[in-house]
Amino acid sequence: MLATRAIQDQGIHVEGINFYTGFCVEGHTHAIRRKDTDKEKRNNALWVAEQLGIKLHIIDVIEEYKEVLINPKHGYGQHLNPCLDCKIFMVNKAQAWAWMEENQFDFIITGEVIGQRPKSQRKATMPIIARESGADDRLLRPLCAKNLPPTLPEREGWVDREKLFKFGGRSRKPQMELAAKFGFTEYSQPAGGCCFLTDQSYSDKLGDLWRTRGSKNYDLDDIMLLKVGRHLRPKPHFKIIVSREEGENNYLSGYKNEYTTVSILSHKGPIALLDGDFSRESSEEDMNLAASIVARFSQGRDEKEVKVLIRQKDGVERELMVTPLPQSSVDPDWYV
Amino acid sequence: MTEQKPTVHELNARRMLCPLPVIRTQDKIKTLSSGEILRVICTDPGVKADIPTWCRINGHLVLKIEEKHQEIHVTIEVGNE
Repeated sequence: MLATRAIQDQGIHVEGINFYTGFCVEGHTHAIRRKDTDKEKRNNALWVAEQLGIKLHIIDVIEEYKEVLINPKHGYGQHLNPCLDCKIFMVNKAQAWAWMEENQFDFIITGEVIGQRPKSQRKATMPIIARESGADDRLLRPLCAKNLPPTLPEREGWVDREKLFKFGGRSRKPQMELAAKFGFTEYSQPAGGCCFLTDQSYSDKLGDLWRTRGSKNYDLDDIMLLKVGRHLRPKPHFKIIVSREEGENNYLSGYKNEYTTVSILSHKGPIALLDGDFSRESSEEDMNLAASIVARFSQGRDEKEVKVLIRQKDGVERELMVTPLPQSSVDPDWYV
Repeated sequence: MTEQKPTVHELNARRMLCPLPVIRTQDKIKTLSSGEILRVICTDPGVKADIPTWCRINGHLVLKIEEKHQEIHVTIEVGNE
């Protein structure tokens, strides 16, 4: 937001690009969960574009991003975040789009600041992003330009370097002061962390998915489901995703033709998806265990028996009476 | 002479979460002409803010937003981009 305004103030036309990888934090859980219905839901990229009066192009890169996540040349950060490869990928996509004949842009700007983020925004990594993305010296970082060698737009005089900035380090105070100077009283979370891959809980679930499948491949539904519900793996060969409230109930119900589901008939309670191998000899025992775990999370948790409905993907249903699993029997290690 | 009603196109964005409904709307509108109508059917309540914002930025007009049976129907008139 600030980088764009700084360049707009020099009379330069700017448009925004937002790449959707599938791992964006904002909006999803608020959109699903009922308790957050009072919170204003907005896509921050769109909101920022409207505040700045610029066009925004949102590009779906879910498929292409798989290679970045599965096989990052520069490795992962603290969790499953391939930040440096991700940045290189996005700047590469941006420059390919920008230089296209129908778009005809001259350079790219980002809001990066040296020292701001531990994996990708460091003095050593900024030149790597410029070089490996192919943008080279047509990549300008207005907020820390004076801490970096002049880029082509600066050398050519398209941009006045003297009017750019010298921000650096982890503090966001300089940006907040600049926002106030620009008259921005509202902005999205300045500290970043807007990607689920930087979140430990999410990364644990994704790692579990990859390990049990024996492959790092995934589809959009896989990565969406990791954001919803409680995930428990009571046995190595199956997992249960249990909704936590009404909104998640509705959301998980949408998957009833793709997963076996367990829902509670006799009491208010969650819906659960069963993900795994139920073709084994132990499948009846596994199903009973799954049902008793789901019953544990219902309002019938303290009853002797609860009636559940098990519905297979093909629509075949059966009812079952189960004893809710006692709290002490729910192994904490089952939580993914 | 009877005025021809504009063609109404429909886009199924059910079960998609932000920003996919916006991306699909964006991509569909690229194939339409000014004056045509697009009805986007969604289940993500975030579209009530996101699609109108996208339309304002890109010069399209939201004619109405209706909520029907846990779905949200956004009707858009394609503008001149």
